[in-house]
Amino acid sequence: MTTVIEVEGVSKKFKIHHERHQSLKERLLHPRSGSTEVFEALQDINFTVGEGETLGIVGHNGSGKSTLLKCICGVLKPTTGEIRLRGSLAALLELGAGFQTELSGRDNIYLYGAMLGFSRRMVDGIFDDVVAFSEIEQFIDTQVKFYSSGMYVRLAFAVAVNVDPDILVVDEVLAVGDERFQAKCVDRIKRFQQEGRTILLVTHNADQVRALCDRAVVLDSGEMIADGPTRDSLRIFREHLMTDAVEHDPSHLLGTIHIESVSTPSGSFEVKSGAGLHFDVAVTAQTAYSGNFVMELFTRTGLLVSRSDAQGSPVNLLPGRNVVGVDLGQIPLLDGVYDLNVGIVDPRGHNVIAWSERAASIQVTYDGREGGLVELDASIRQQ
Amino acid sequence: MNDAPLVGQRSRSLEGTPVRVVSARVSLATRLANVWSRRELLLGLIVSDIRIKYKNSTLGIFWSMVAPAFTLGVYYLVFNIFLKNGYPNFVIYLFSGLIVWNMFQSSIITATGVIVDRAALVKKVSFPREILALSNVGASVVYFFAQLLVLAIVVAALGHAPAWKFALILPISFVSLYLLTSALAIVMSAINVYLRDTKHLIEVLLQLWFYMTPIVYSYEHAIAPHLQIRGLTWIYFLNPITLIVVTFQRVFYVNTIVHSTVLPHPIIDVLPTWSFDKFLILNVLLFGISLVAFFVAEAIFGRLEGEFESEL
Repeated sequence: MTTVIEVEGVSKKFKIHHERHQSLKERLLHPRSGSTEVFEALQDINFTVGEGETLGIVGHNGSGKSTLLKCICGVLKPTTGEIRLRGSLAALLELGAGFQTELSGRDNIYLYGAMLGFSRRMVDGIFDDVVAFSEIEQFIDTQVKFYSSGMYVRLAFAVAVNVDPDILVVDEVLAVGDERFQAKCVDRIKRFQQEGRTILLVTHNADQVRALCDRAVVLDSGEMIADGPTRDSLRIFREHLMTDAVEHDPSHLLGTIHIESVSTPSGSFEVKSGAGLHFDVAVTAQTAYSGNFVMELFTRTGLLVSRSDAQGSPVNLLPGRNVVGVDLGQIPLLDGVYDLNVGIVDPRGHNVIAWSERAASIQVTYDGREGGLVELDASIRQQ
Repeated sequence: MNDAPLVGQRSRSLEGTPVRVVSARVSLATRLANVWSRRELLLGLIVSDIRIKYKNSTLGIFWSMVAPAFTLGVYYLVFNIFLKNGYPNFVIYLFSGLIVWNMFQSSIITATGVIVDRAALVKKVSFPREILALSNVGASVVYFFAQLLVLAIVVAALGHAPAWKFALILPISFVSLYLLTSALAIVMSAINVYLRDTKHLIEVLLQLWFYMTPIVYSYEHAIAPHLQIRGLTWIYFLNPITLIVVTFQRVFYVNTIVHSTVLPHPIIDVLPTWSFDKFLILNVLLFGISLVAFFVAEAIFGRLEGEFESEL
């Protein structure tokens, strides 16, 4: 596999000015004042991305993931280290930043294409696709300043995904447009994957990464703390979020509750499709706490099968060891291994207090003939 | 036009494609190659600059000719009719210097603020940043040619034949003008990011610079005699725009010595009486200097560019 992106020893330092002296008078009057502080946004990042890979870059706000992305796109230059790229790159960073609002949508398609590094002839070739994808046919000759924000973003997205890039860089933009347009964007990204293009997806939405990426890199305050298969990286990401949250926890609840184990009476997590399963979750608490119990079930490919209501299952934990019993009445899933995450959240269901990622894996066996994820027990007959 | 590509492996492999490197230090050759590879963007920005300027106006781009033609008309009225200064067809002398100056000045003034004004773009889209300054220069080049056309029409209308032989030097002179203007525009656009006063300061300095260049007066008549006695002629030509302006005047105004139209027959030395060869050599020399200036400007820009993101 050809290496398409090579990030080698990349560090980025920003100077933060506490008092900005940008006028000549101020510079002359205060030649030394106005302290500057050096902020290390990225520290010695190394990874490579092969052709056709979809890499997720995950991290909470301020972890440096956008800085890294901007370095890869060439918007920022790394302070040390270098990034080597092969092929053309289109970035979906802050869509529409390159638009000239005084110009029409038509003119902007060409201008934005040129900014992304594509020739006029290439843009000619895809013009109709861009217009069709963006769904603004009737406004294409209207000045962009009269566009709604949705139209604006749709147009920019349409240009970026239709210009035939070798590398597509996506930064949190899947949150744009209505649900239908979002689905269209995800479809397009999946098609890019099938076509063997390289994709970098930056987000703090773990579900998106799970659904689209084979591999993920986790950043935390400028350092790379994980690089591996999506599931492993996300586990590290979540654990890190928890330890991080413990440090900034006003009520000092975090870390006082632990999920010790998940077990079944028989010790086995194998279950026949259609049968029920009972398991016990052992939780130790240092102080009494009333919260909610939540569980999630994922397929091995990262598809969320079910997430329980975060406000629906109150538990009153007592100091010491508690056992929460969970009964799954009947599991309609088909053959496969399903990963179970369990956790305790606060009474309003907003904050996670304790979490165990992949606390157990449930193996479902199915000997029927339906295919897919769940058994619908369809009975089909001609009337 | 190829329709939506079929799903499946793409035929194109990246195996042999060249590798682009993003790192802190970029060599001058790479910088220039990067700018060259994005010439389509440069062209696109120039066109959009001009489009925006004349958006929603009926005459559109023709304004870039109507406006200078009108200015020229006013100068004709003022200098040929009301305030006769003795130079026959002074309007041609004035305008041939003025088009050079207009290109220089409008480029520098618009380009100085351009990186700060378009911070949103600079912070989000990747392209060689000097292209922004170069696009302002490019737009000025377009207006320059519009004004040159107006000048040509006026020269023809007044029955004033240009010095065709000297016209061969004009392309060299123009390229020097372009390179010098670009060099200063690039450097100023970067400096203005760190010192926001630059934009205002440059406007003041340009006014001074204008009067240090023989555009509204004659170098040969007003300045040369005084400098010549002290052997300081070279000082005046330290201003590189002077040679370009004088070359343009030599081509369009032609006469080096004229009989005044006001007083009874005093003779005015308007332009240097240099030979064609001297004009050529000086212009080739200036071209060399301009080329070096452009490279130096690119190198300076490369140094200053590194910390734009902390300042914008």
